[in-house]
Amino acid sequence: MTDAERPQGREGLDAESPERHEYDVIVIGAGGAGLRAAIEAREQGLRTAVICKSLFGKAHTVMAEGGIAASMGNANAKDSWQVHFRDTLRGGKFLNNPRMAELHAKEAPQRVWELETYGALFDRTKDGRISQRNFGGHEYPRLAHVGDRTGLELIRTLQQKIVSLQQQDRRETGDYESRLRVFAELTVTDILKDASGAVSGAVGYWRETGRFVHFSAPAIVLATGGIGKSFKVTSNSWEYTGDGHALALRAGAALINMEFIQFHPTGMVWPPSVKGILVTESVRGDGGVLRNSDGKRFMFDYVPDVFRGQYADSEEEADRWYEDPENNKRPPELLPRDEVARAINSEVKEGRGSPHGGVFLDVSTRLPAEEIIRRLPSMHHQFKELADVDITAEPMEVGPTCHYVMGGVEVDADTAATAVPGLYAAGEVAGGMHGSNRLGGNSLSDLLVFGRRAGLGAAEYVAGLGGSRPSTSEADVLAALETALAPYREADENPYALHSEMQQKMNDLVGIIRREGEVREALEVLDELDERAKNVGVQGGRAFNPGWHLALDLRNMLAVCRCVAMAALERTESRGGHTREDFPGMDPKWRGVNLVCTLEGDGGIALRHQPVPEIRQDLLELFERTELAKYLTEGELARRDGPGAAQQSDDGSGA
Amino acid sequence: MSYDARFKVWRGDADGGGLQDYTVEVNEGEVVLDIIHRLQATQAPDLAVRWNCKAGKCGSCSAEVNGRPRLLCMTRMSTFEESQTITVTPLRTFPVQRDLVTDVSFNYQKAREVQAFTPPEDLQPGDYRMQQVDVQRSQEFRKCIECFLCQDVCHVVRDHEDNKQAFAGPRFLMRVAELDMHPLDTADRRPAAREQHGLGYCNITKCCTEVCPEHIKITDNALIPLKERVVDRHYDPVVWLGSKIRRRKD
Repeated sequence: MTDAERPQGREGLDAESPERHEYDVIVIGAGGAGLRAAIEAREQGLRTAVICKSLFGKAHTVMAEGGIAASMGNANAKDSWQVHFRDTLRGGKFLNNPRMAELHAKEAPQRVWELETYGALFDRTKDGRISQRNFGGHEYPRLAHVGDRTGLELIRTLQQKIVSLQQQDRRETGDYESRLRVFAELTVTDILKDASGAVSGAVGYWRETGRFVHFSAPAIVLATGGIGKSFKVTSNSWEYTGDGHALALRAGAALINMEFIQFHPTGMVWPPSVKGILVTESVRGDGGVLRNSDGKRFMFDYVPDVFRGQYADSEEEADRWYEDPENNKRPPELLPRDEVARAINSEVKEGRGSPHGGVFLDVSTRLPAEEIIRRLPSMHHQFKELADVDITAEPMEVGPTCHYVMGGVEVDADTAATAVPGLYAAGEVAGGMHGSNRLGGNSLSDLLVFGRRAGLGAAEYVAGLGGSRPSTSEADVLAALETALAPYREADENPYALHSEMQQKMNDLVGIIRREGEVREALEVLDELDERAKNVGVQGGRAFNPGWHLALDLRNMLAVCRCVAMAALERTESRGGHTREDFPGMDPKWRGVNLVCTLEGDGGIALRHQPVPEIRQDLLELFERTELAKYLTEGELARRDGPGAAQQSDDGSGA
Repeated sequence: MSYDARFKVWRGDADGGGLQDYTVEVNEGEVVLDIIHRLQATQAPDLAVRWNCKAGKCGSCSAEVNGRPRLLCMTRMSTFEESQTITVTPLRTFPVQRDLVTDVSFNYQKAREVQAFTPPEDLQPGDYRMQQVDVQRSQEFRKCIECFLCQDVCHVVRDHEDNKQAFAGPRFLMRVAELDMHPLDTADRRPAAREQHGLGYCNITKCCTEVCPEHIKITDNALIPLKERVVDRHYDPVVWLGSKIRRRKD
């Protein structure tokens, strides 16, 4: 590429026409959900583009360690979709979209088996089937896994399936990219719509050159993942800037449950430069225990009422469970993540933490060294290389880290469709599936189940359009380019400094424990940051300029942070990934409420209450009444017991 | 605990560039990528570097530190003397895009040339049965994070641009070996390994194994066994020589 072709800053916008492409469907995001959606769309006959913010195969899915939850019943034949569904609702404290949880539990085994046909190599049971491991909140060993690098296996398998489809296309058409093309290192900045409000395309830029691209397509699947980079201590990679959440908002879709953010209980805490990096829950699933500075296994003190009876009361019983799960209750280290994260937070706060402000996670006294290395190879490697800690000989220091956002784009459970015609969302960017807290292992299965459904939903929508496709006005394209170039202004606000301030404030004020005053303060800080963001100035050209990229990502993060803070202020109870110190209890009245954020005409965010979709009678009957009584209101319980209840069970929508 | 380190970072693009000097703060426990990020935030906001996970799992931040192919996120500053000047340059085998970012599309082209997994046609999803001991060999190769450091260091392409056409490089020869060892793959991959992917170019100097951040024994466990499988059909002087050398060691 010559200098003349390489745009520098704002120069040449008028003369430059964006590169143009036409597809049937565009999938934004190339993690598990995006790739599975693209495979489905292509197999349904759609010309499909996959857009990755990074190189192909580097998406955040590679970071997933523990496994894929699916009730295949290989390790315990008693497992079934009903048990998985029940665990998922308990984990989410009954705020889940029940239809999503149902589809997820039913379809996850098929999605895992399908990966084997793509070439995945999971760890095996003795009889040659897929091995399944224990994980927090799952009643039976349920997670298909490959050591502690399951996410890498998932992403590579899907990547290689895409390649195999491209090879097939080449045999048939002579061109690898005739039906399925991967656009790597391209960031989408806006979604475009036609006059009727239907999706008509998207605008983005190549990171390498800074050149703009205009995609025309009647359907878009958002699969952009989460928002972790809005927080200082996070296990998330740089791409997690809430792009899809913000794109959906700006396109007119709604975000739900944004107050629910999962702080994974075990992130590294030392050295500072690796603070937040994930320590897999498999450490606990395979026998690791949490201790405070007194050497006490403190989790026994933190079993909440709703889980009493399901978790062991003594160390002896907990230890027997690993060998004999039929006759013993599980160790409280395997409570859902929100419970464990809050417990660690309390121990540290009360002065019983480890030297660097975490607690001890010890597997060294629990398993032989060679077994640790076999089962947890990447943890062994990670601690050795980054912290000089040998986990086979000494405990790790761990503490909570921002890991996952339960909230996301509101979608139809069956088709993954948003309120905007032609716009679909799947994976972490979609909301509802996990309620107020996600169980470990339920993310990878979510990506596969709803990635596929989004691809299918988009295909059906495109087929329904017939020959007529929404068109985009050139003025809208130009306006989107102008917005993307806005940071090239004479101004001196540094995007890196602004980002770092936002991360610190979100961590401090809307983090794991929230208080009204602090969340209000966060909203004021966000007002101020919004103003300052208007004065971010970028230096240098547009070719691979990280300063410019961050300036554009900031716009998305600021919008998402506001939704998080507004919803966190509104929900005056504690549930799952939302803990209010001033409202510590779980309130059945809030159980039935989703908080919904939409963008107003003036650019502000509007927040409203909306009922959580009702749990169908046959699904409610999977639970004991005594358990439901811990979550539901009297009225809801009465309806479950009432004479009219039987008719509701035929309503398949769950909505 | 903190000190000021001297860095030389290659800045430029396809048209040219050179090493630029920086003095930058270093804190306890930091890795080279932390320092590059500090340069971006304080001195060089447009310094281009590729990175994602910062935990050695995605293989994005590959570059050369003091001439050695490394992941920037896994190279700890404590491995250097405080007085040492640290030089960071882009991967040499691939064309520079900007600063520390190179065009690695060569690898994606080669990936596309390896025939995909080919299961038995009548085997249904859910009916796959494999023993752990049989999947273990291929699983080692699937630990690969595609950082392409092995591709960068391999002298077959590092010093010989014209070999790129005919040689897939260690990463993708290992992919062929992985599929060849997959218990349920039905394709005969030997002819392609030799004729399309250039297995014969590899003369087992093990440079790839040395730089692998996942410690995969690329040469011993993938490339040599693949060569041995291929040699059943064709004479390969390196395998012949290798078998002599290894016999002597016994």
